[in-house]
Amino acid sequence: MTAVIEVTGLRKAFGRTQALDGLDLHVAAGEVHGFLGPNGAGKTTTIRVLLGLIRGDAGTARLLDGDPWPEAVALHRRLAYVPGDVTLWPNLSGGEVIDLLGRLHGGLDEKRKAVLVEKFELDPARKSRAYSKGNRQKVALIAALSTGAELLILDEPTAGLDPLMEAVFRECVEEERRAGRTVLLSSHILSEVEALCDRVTIIRAGRTVDSGALADLRHLSRTSVRAELTQPPHRLEDLPGLHDLDIEGTRVSCQADNSALDELLKRLTDAGVRSLVSQPPTLEELFLRHYTGPPAGRPAGPAAPSEPGAPSEPGAPSK
Amino acid sequence: MSAVALGGERTAWGGPHLLAGTRELAGLALRRDRIFLVIWLYALVGTMAATTYDYRHLFVSAAQRASLAHSIQTNPSFVTLSGPVYGDSLGALIIWKAGLFVAVGAALLGIFAVIRHTRADEEAGRLELVGATAVGRYAALAAALAVTAAACLVAGLLIAVVQLLFGLPAAGSLALGAVTALAGWMFAGVAAVCAQLTESARTARGMASAVLGLAYLLRAAGDPAPRLSWLSWVSPLGWVERAQPYAGPRWWLLATCAAVAVLLAGAAAVLAGHRDLAAGLVPARPGQVDAAGWLRSPLALVWRLQRAGVAGWLAGFVVSAVVLGAAAKGIGATLTSSPQVRADIVRMGGHAGLVNAYLAIEFALLSVLAAAFGVAAVLRLRSDEAEHRAESMLAGPVSRMSWAAAEVVLAMSGIAVLMAVAGLGSGLGYGARTGSVGAEVARQLAAGLAQVPAAWVLAGVAVALFGLAPRVIVPAAWTALAVAGLLTLLGPSLRLPGWLLDLAPFTHEPRLPGGAFTATPLIWLTVVAAGLTAAGLIAFRCRDLS
Repeated sequence: MTAVIEVTGLRKAFGRTQALDGLDLHVAAGEVHGFLGPNGAGKTTTIRVLLGLIRGDAGTARLLDGDPWPEAVALHRRLAYVPGDVTLWPNLSGGEVIDLLGRLHGGLDEKRKAVLVEKFELDPARKSRAYSKGNRQKVALIAALSTGAELLILDEPTAGLDPLMEAVFRECVEEERRAGRTVLLSSHILSEVEALCDRVTIIRAGRTVDSGALADLRHLSRTSVRAELTQPPHRLEDLPGLHDLDIEGTRVSCQADNSALDELLKRLTDAGVRSLVSQPPTLEELFLRHYTGPPAGRPAGPAAPSEPGAPSEPGAPSK
Repeated sequence: MSAVALGGERTAWGGPHLLAGTRELAGLALRRDRIFLVIWLYALVGTMAATTYDYRHLFVSAAQRASLAHSIQTNPSFVTLSGPVYGDSLGALIIWKAGLFVAVGAALLGIFAVIRHTRADEEAGRLELVGATAVGRYAALAAALAVTAAACLVAGLLIAVVQLLFGLPAAGSLALGAVTALAGWMFAGVAAVCAQLTESARTARGMASAVLGLAYLLRAAGDPAPRLSWLSWVSPLGWVERAQPYAGPRWWLLATCAAVAVLLAGAAAVLAGHRDLAAGLVPARPGQVDAAGWLRSPLALVWRLQRAGVAGWLAGFVVSAVVLGAAAKGIGATLTSSPQVRADIVRMGGHAGLVNAYLAIEFALLSVLAAAFGVAAVLRLRSDEAEHRAESMLAGPVSRMSWAAAEVVLAMSGIAVLMAVAGLGSGLGYGARTGSVGAEVARQLAAGLAQVPAAWVLAGVAVALFGLAPRVIVPAAWTALAVAGLLTLLGPSLRLPGWLLDLAPFTHEPRLPGGAFTATPLIWLTVVAAGLTAAGLIAFRCRDLS
């Protein structure tokens, strides 16, 4: 597969803040790539470098086989972008904004636009000033999706959408994937990324800490289980694939690899289940568990003392 | 105990909860505006003080003062621009020179400060954040008015103190300070009402400024013509003049101004009670479902967004130019003033007769305003960048150059069109009264267009700031304009040193109409403007978006 986005060792400082500290990101053609990280990890900064809006201090960033800074206009013809915080021109209507952005792109698919306006239940005649955050997001999404660009860069695109609209959004991304387009989806919501993405890159404090196919990142697909039983459970400790097991009388909580789920449930029902909660781990839990401590590149293991919000070292002058 | 006392105090100050939190919001407004207000107050008080200082030296003898007063009274052009003169005391002459300008400055302070803390905050969603806390419905409006009124009051007090220190009569100085503060109060009230009408802070600011412009124009037409003096009596700025501080202050007019300010504030409060947060009383019309076919380039977008504003500026320029041009008619007849006064006039405007001097001042004034249009247009680049709308454009296949150039094209061509309209309108107004429309239009069109390069330089300064120093562009660009404007309009008669006057681009223009036309300064100014613009655009292409 050819690479659509190739970022290696990218660094960018704003004053004394090191926003990107040697970040790597590789996105192949035709894949939906999740770009995961907590707030302030550098997702938006990376995207802004890729769009040629800001310039990296060191490292390389290539996009669609071009240099995003000097070739911005030519490259932008082939991509569409939805910012995380959409600001529109207050006295233009949503419909006008969609048309304008589409035409600047070199034309938009009118039929597709009509379908999307319908799907997202957007009132295109309202002035942008009157739109809620979600509606502004829809305007940007519709504009981006009706251009038929070969690369979509979406920065937390569902932040303001309700669950129904989120489902519509997922359908649309699915369609893009079937049409063979590449999508970079930045998010801090793991379930969204799990539902849509083929591969993910996880970043923290401006560095890539993990990257690969979702299935390969086994530790990401653990399920967190909490159960209240009628009697204390037997023989849970020796079950392989169980982590962070905590038993307090009849209360059990643990993280289970998918391979261990079946056996775990059997043993729990043996003890009699009063209530059961199971959920995929939130990204925050993942970060607490795998990526705390001084950013060292690879997962530091569950025992690492957590230093939430610890700033990364200022880094040597990079030029 | 203490809780009860505290609650009691709150209610006493804050009324029945509708004003709760006003004090905190006023504190916030002062915190946000501490620099803005200090600069504005300094400009108002400084202009008045500089004029007083200067006139004390210029007009020492009673004969000199009488001669200037006489020439003002018999010269409609002076009266049109600066208002009538009441008596020939030093105080009266100072007020004639600077009083109206300072009152307009106070009125602008009132408009900007009130809109900034009411509609602008509301449009940005900040008032929603505040309104969800234990803050009364009218607290934001009350805080904005209180802070603005206090700022105007401080300006008035300082002006009164300065005049007293210069040895001017006490009652007059007090009245001058009061009337300056009241000008601010009245237009703070106008702005408060406008803020209730529309959803957009920009529109509200435009509406209030239009009222101020109309007030100026009404008195400009009414002051020099006895039969039209009722026009001045319907203008709030006319009341400011007619309070005649140093000629037996009309305290009842000051009371009227105060009453009008209070009435306007009350009206704003009533209107605010009849609308929802973030809504305007004038309902927003629904927009178009699709964009017009021509909306397909950055330049088209700039036009789509600003055509209403451009239309407003054009209308203002047409009306002002026609009125001011027509008023020039009465000037040629009154050449009886003393040689020294004539020398003063000639220094201000040109050298071939008072009509030409008057018209040259008119075009200088309008060209400063046209430059303001250009600067405001260029500043939209920065607000688009800061509010991330630039990102939406630049993430598409739009080069930075073509995006920024669109706004620059609007700014520069807008300046040229406005000055052309100024020349046409003034030529029509004057020509229609003297029966030589064709010749006057041609001559004054040339005079108007000759001012264009100087205004371009100021817009060019704004473009350069956008590329090189985007963080300080707003204060820096307006300061450059204000300094250039003051040097141009007040500098010559204040006898400032030549090198200082040379800093203002307008002083390099040939004095037209009437003066000798030389192309060299125009070419140089155009080159400077082009250089500044190019430097700004190139720097913008090389810097990060922020």
